[in-house]
Amino acid sequence: MKFEAVIGLEVHVQLRTRSKMFTRVAAGYGEPPNTLTDPVVLALPGALPVMNKAALDQIIKAGLMLGCTIAPVCKWDRKNYFYPDSPKNYQISQYDQPICRGGAVEIELPGPARNIMGEHKRIPLTRIHLEEDVGKLTHGAADSLVDYNRAGTPLMEIVSEPALHSAEEAFAFLTSLRLTLQQGGVSDCDMEKGQLRCDANVSIRPVGETRLGTKVELKNLNSISFVRDGIAHEIRRQIAVVEGGGAISQETRQYDGEAGTSAAMRSKEMAHDYRYFPDPDLMPVQVDEAWKAAIRATVPELPFDRQRRLMERFHLPYTITSVLVPDPAQADFFEAAAAPGGQAQAIGNWIANDLLRELAGANRTLAESPIRPAHIAGLVQLVDTGVISSPGAREVFAQMFRTGERPEVVVERLGLRQATDTGDLERWVAEAIAANPKAAAEFKAGNEKALNAVKGAVMKAAKGKANPKLVDEAVRRQLG
Amino acid sequence: MTMAGPAIFESAATLSTLLATRKISAVELLREFTARVDAVDGRVRAFNSRDDAGALRLAAESDARRAAGRELGPLDGLPVAFKDVIAVDGQPLTCSSRMLANFVSPYDATVTTKLRAAGAIPWGRLNLDEFAMGSSTENSAFAPTANPWDLRCVPGGSSGGSAAAVAAGETPWALGSDTGGSIRQPAAFCGIVGLKPTYGLVSRYGLAAFASSLDQIGSLARTVEDAAVLLGAIAGHDERDSTSVRAEVPDYRAELGRRKGPWRLGVPKEFFGAGLDPEIEAAVRAAMEFYRRAGCEIREVALPLASEYAIAVYYLIATAEASSNLARYDGIRYGHRAAGATDAIDIYARSRAEGFGEEVKRRIILGTHVLSSGYYDAYYLRAQKVRTLIRAEFQNVFAACDALLSPTTPTPAFPLGAKVADPLAMYLNDIYTIGVNLAGLPAISVPCGFTSAGLPIGLQIIGRPFAEADLLAVASAYEQAHDWHRRHPQLP
Repeated sequence: MKFEAVIGLEVHVQLRTRSKMFTRVAAGYGEPPNTLTDPVVLALPGALPVMNKAALDQIIKAGLMLGCTIAPVCKWDRKNYFYPDSPKNYQISQYDQPICRGGAVEIELPGPARNIMGEHKRIPLTRIHLEEDVGKLTHGAADSLVDYNRAGTPLMEIVSEPALHSAEEAFAFLTSLRLTLQQGGVSDCDMEKGQLRCDANVSIRPVGETRLGTKVELKNLNSISFVRDGIAHEIRRQIAVVEGGGAISQETRQYDGEAGTSAAMRSKEMAHDYRYFPDPDLMPVQVDEAWKAAIRATVPELPFDRQRRLMERFHLPYTITSVLVPDPAQADFFEAAAAPGGQAQAIGNWIANDLLRELAGANRTLAESPIRPAHIAGLVQLVDTGVISSPGAREVFAQMFRTGERPEVVVERLGLRQATDTGDLERWVAEAIAANPKAAAEFKAGNEKALNAVKGAVMKAAKGKANPKLVDEAVRRQLG
Repeated sequence: MTMAGPAIFESAATLSTLLATRKISAVELLREFTARVDAVDGRVRAFNSRDDAGALRLAAESDARRAAGRELGPLDGLPVAFKDVIAVDGQPLTCSSRMLANFVSPYDATVTTKLRAAGAIPWGRLNLDEFAMGSSTENSAFAPTANPWDLRCVPGGSSGGSAAAVAAGETPWALGSDTGGSIRQPAAFCGIVGLKPTYGLVSRYGLAAFASSLDQIGSLARTVEDAAVLLGAIAGHDERDSTSVRAEVPDYRAELGRRKGPWRLGVPKEFFGAGLDPEIEAAVRAAMEFYRRAGCEIREVALPLASEYAIAVYYLIATAEASSNLARYDGIRYGHRAAGATDAIDIYARSRAEGFGEEVKRRIILGTHVLSSGYYDAYYLRAQKVRTLIRAEFQNVFAACDALLSPTTPTPAFPLGAKVADPLAMYLNDIYTIGVNLAGLPAISVPCGFTSAGLPIGLQIIGRPFAEADLLAVASAYEQAHDWHRRHPQLP
């Protein structure tokens, strides 16, 4: 029997805000334990939450980027459960009225080859809601420590429809989502800092079956690769159970990415009754059209849209765009250097191949690059107009990277300007024709390739400083 | 400097004048009150704790400001005692619970900040029913407060310590909190003025929450004028409390003189039915007669839903909110932690079993049940719908009335221990006050007589939302024509 996997993801993403979700104390990572706290974070008697509007702005922006419907009212509920990471023993969240509904994440699956674009799909979202993050527990042999620095950080939960069918699709979903949220400035999505965390609901069913199978929730998928590996492992595990005559039990499993194994954490019988109810400390907040319009004005071009535009408008090859687009700074650099219709491809090549390689070698970021967009544009222009040769351009590039000088300055300093004095050129051509009578005759008889011997002789005489284009023109003229 | 007489039973307004005219210093005044507490509180048991040293320092600062010739407000140099649920930086915040017996607040409530800014002196902490749950102050984990008019009787609750302390001359005034009558009922039992403001007028930031949608901080004082001054000092929008309203805060004391009536006063007929003590009914009807003679229109109104369902709705909504609000008292980071616990769940279970009293546990269990999956719609959601109807009912009545008159309580103060074993009988104490909280309205209790046994009787006046100035004026008109508030208990 052939099986199909059905996967839904629940992705928690910390929003990039200066302060926490319901108080003015700073949100942050890596501070000494329990320093990012105040009476509200610690749930001292009498402390009250007040909504951070910037967090609502951020989630609305995320919702607009992903094509969600934004609710007209932002309503808050309490999710009640006892756990030491939550000092109130309830989490302020959104239960029946999430701020965002619907929407989709566009994903790209791996293509048949590295230089060929893969299939694109739109994975529909169920909802996105806003809540507060919890603290961090560290368990020792005899005790447990709590750090409330993370507690109260604005957190959005993105829930996909069960519309993913492979570990690769889940991987592509997270990659695309992360890129989109990063580019919107909504979150840094650093998984090592816990800014993006993913749980997966995985089930299998025979191909052709439309009902959903029993789902297993996978937790602890703390890198995008672990998400892919964990899901792949779970699909194999479920198929093996079913093929072995067993049944899948509804449970939560923890995936161990290092060992490549998973273990059951808890079964459905231990499910919580969260006793959700509207938080009486927080008034619903109306989100009107003007508010949404103001945020919409800040929404950037989506990564896949930008990639399509760079390919269509600048005729960049897929491989170059796949290098440039994931880092908006790179794509911005390119667009600052390139004018549509100009030598965009050459510019793209210089950036994607040469500049990024050199920067990586020097352990520098693009922002620290001594070569600016104008340098690349100038360099390509010099090649295009025949002022320097391709080998000369390589040398100019290397010099610019060392010194940050403008390309024209390097050309003059190193004497790389190609000979364009037609007197010399005409003389070299005449001498070359005279020295290669056989080739000249063959060309005149229609053998186009024979011209190369003549041109080669000219270049030799010019010691490489002749512009090949001008040489070609001069040879044809004298032979014509 | 000499005093005309003992300061302890003077109104805050009078004391303020004595300070302004240098008849007494703030330090001397505070010493009078500390001496009074030393003398009588062993019997009244109104105070959980005092910060005499800190208060004396602030009193000296006030005296220094006055000596420097600065223009000082009406609260400057006057001590204020707080119901032990309102945070004062550096002072205990026990909620009269074992759970918080050793907790010291590291921050000020917004009302505390405002009072400090006005020069008032946060001084003592007053007893209450644990976490403000109760109507007699017998649910205090520490000791029951006694009624200064009859030490065998309860002072009411949950702000029983606040009411008793004012009545016994231990503080000129006090802050309390009112969730279902917790300011008005003890004020009535103790023969003083108790004002519960409109929900949202006073910030709840720093008030240990019982039921967030019902709690409101208010004043307990000797006179309507004092209650008005104290309200003026604590009212106003607070960005730390999302439920606080951007309402204009008038000068309530100045408004007292400007608003003279006559008013259209409604009398809810259901509030005069079975269970109402005849002596209380007679006193309240006499008060109605006073207003009639003063030119007011007295009309009977109907509040069938509020009278029939308010208690049921209240005990669903208040307990639901409380079950969640009190979840933070878990013994993990602060508060009582049981010894010998083996894991986190065990810490919770044992610490909460040991830290909370019976009534608090009863309400947490009730509220947890109310919010449980499968019961939420039948209990919590339906209660919210009825609450909306009760609010609409009051709104309709106020279309033709400026204020409503009723008894504050169905009975006078009852003996200590009389109702401890019967929670339902205890809950019925709040039958006239609870609807006001559900509707978010302002209401005041003013003394309107005494029973033949010498126990005080309270008249409740209910106002329109944010119409505290009118409410206070109606109350003041009655107070000006009577001298109930000038009587003081003779403590043995």
